[in-house]
Amino acid sequence: MTTLQMLLPELILLIAAGVVLTLDLVTNRQINDRWLMGLSAAGFLAAAVAAYAQRGITAPLLGTQAIDGFATFLKVLVLLGMVLVVLSAAEYIRGYGRNQGEFYTLLLTAGLAISVAVSANDLLMVYLSMEFLSINSYILAAYLRGDRLSIEAGVKYFVYGAVASGVMLYGISLIYGLTGSTNLVSVAEVISRQPTGPSMQWLGIASVVLLMVGFGFKASLVPFAQWVPDTYQGSPTPITAFLSTASKAAGFALLVRVMLVGLIQFSGGWLTILAGLSMITMTLGNLVALKQTDVKRLLAYSSIAQAGYMLIGLVAVPQSRLVVLPFGSLTFNGINGVLVYIFGYLFTNLGAFAVVIAIENATRSTALKDYAGLGRRAPALALLLTLFLLSLAGIPPTLGFWAKYYVFAAAVQINFLALLIVAIVNSVVGAAYYLNIIRYMYLMPAETEEPIKASPALNVALAVTGVMVLIAGLVPGFIIDWANRSVDFVTRL
Amino acid sequence: MVPLSWYLVLAAALFSLGLYGALSRRNAIAVLMGVELILNAVNINLVAFNRFIVPAAVNGQIFALFVLAVAAAEAAVGLALIIAIYRTRNTVNLEDADLMKG
Repeated sequence: MTTLQMLLPELILLIAAGVVLTLDLVTNRQINDRWLMGLSAAGFLAAAVAAYAQRGITAPLLGTQAIDGFATFLKVLVLLGMVLVVLSAAEYIRGYGRNQGEFYTLLLTAGLAISVAVSANDLLMVYLSMEFLSINSYILAAYLRGDRLSIEAGVKYFVYGAVASGVMLYGISLIYGLTGSTNLVSVAEVISRQPTGPSMQWLGIASVVLLMVGFGFKASLVPFAQWVPDTYQGSPTPITAFLSTASKAAGFALLVRVMLVGLIQFSGGWLTILAGLSMITMTLGNLVALKQTDVKRLLAYSSIAQAGYMLIGLVAVPQSRLVVLPFGSLTFNGINGVLVYIFGYLFTNLGAFAVVIAIENATRSTALKDYAGLGRRAPALALLLTLFLLSLAGIPPTLGFWAKYYVFAAAVQINFLALLIVAIVNSVVGAAYYLNIIRYMYLMPAETEEPIKASPALNVALAVTGVMVLIAGLVPGFIIDWANRSVDFVTRL
Repeated sequence: MVPLSWYLVLAAALFSLGLYGALSRRNAIAVLMGVELILNAVNINLVAFNRFIVPAAVNGQIFALFVLAVAAAEAAVGLALIIAIYRTRNTVNLEDADLMKG
């Protein structure tokens, strides 16, 4: 395949962004926003198909990017997720009237940034893609310019993001000094030649900690997630859906690749740090979520907790590699756990947010008390939200169950029982607040009996996520096979 | 010639000052200035490492140029956001940005 063919998903996104922006400009903003929405959704879908066509290919690209199973899996997943974000955003954004061209353009460029991030194989690319994604996200979070909450969300996101990326960059500069290279593969080679020297050990751990600040910020790991509740609550809801799924997946992809490809020699150091972060993240996220009274804010804390579970998969990798079997044939090798988890979480959370958007479009509220009696006001929406919440809680036969199964089993396999126990206790605590929303919907009396209807585009998003979560939960073979085949970059180490 | 360690100490000092400024200041503009200090520390590190560790290649210097360009883009968006928050509530003090709590 030529370089251009391998860059096809990114090129499609770039062209789509250009077309959407130009159309908006030349029609003097008079174009029907359904065209803009349709074009963006089509662009994301085409890019996802182009990325899917690259499955099975493993090749370096321009020295700074890597096309491999891991990147392709996440690219397809995130781009499909972006289609759903666009579909659920349409009516919401139309309600605010102006500047829709920019909105869709920024979503497309944010998708482009993620697409570059998941295959970034050079620290320069890691930094550029993350910053590209961040700058797009700051604007999107503050998109409702007259809305005080939205501006506050954007400013908080920016302040934390700017500091986190600066700190991460200092870590990158230390790694560059340590190894004389920014390419992850050569970084690993230089480190493995002399892994125990004093400068390697000290600077290695220092740079790992500094890098973790940046990745922890994007992947919303405690203690770098103070921005999450406020930004998630204040942002336009479709953007909250985007930040909690696609953007978080990008953070995880960067974390996984940098730690496993570049810094695997320091795994003794980062393993402990990440295991600790995982425990704190899920515990804090779940405990604070328990007392939330706003569904958007509750889902923000829930998404912090979910990041903690996801991290278990990465923690399991270094020890799973010591098993004598070929790594790729291990049933629970950690990486497939991370991939299945991101898959399950992405569709489930997008579905949950699609329901929240549908309700917000009708009632202009995200307060938990306004979900009372939803079982009668909007039976289909309530049923879907129930499904998504059960999936977030990890209850079979949903997709969320398989996600949790695969990361928890990875922890069992390496005998990390402390982490496993914390995770299981947390799942039980998590189920409490997920079930509380269901209780509100079915057992509490409604203030009005007025029915709630969702727009056609939103219905498509709801149908896709609902089918995914339920059907893929009943027959998960395809997804698990695909995830198993996508661990190639770790087996090559 | 000035040894590498001097550059690294200068960068570390700048980084610490910048981080302290960014974390302790209430004013959003001052936070942004702290971030710029951090980025300058990074640039000193990158260029010094390039000169002393791998003088044959220019990766570090190119990286520093990228950092400068991205910092400019980030500052542009950041200042726009700060102007937007000033318009809605006549202050750039981050402690006053407290509509959401819990």
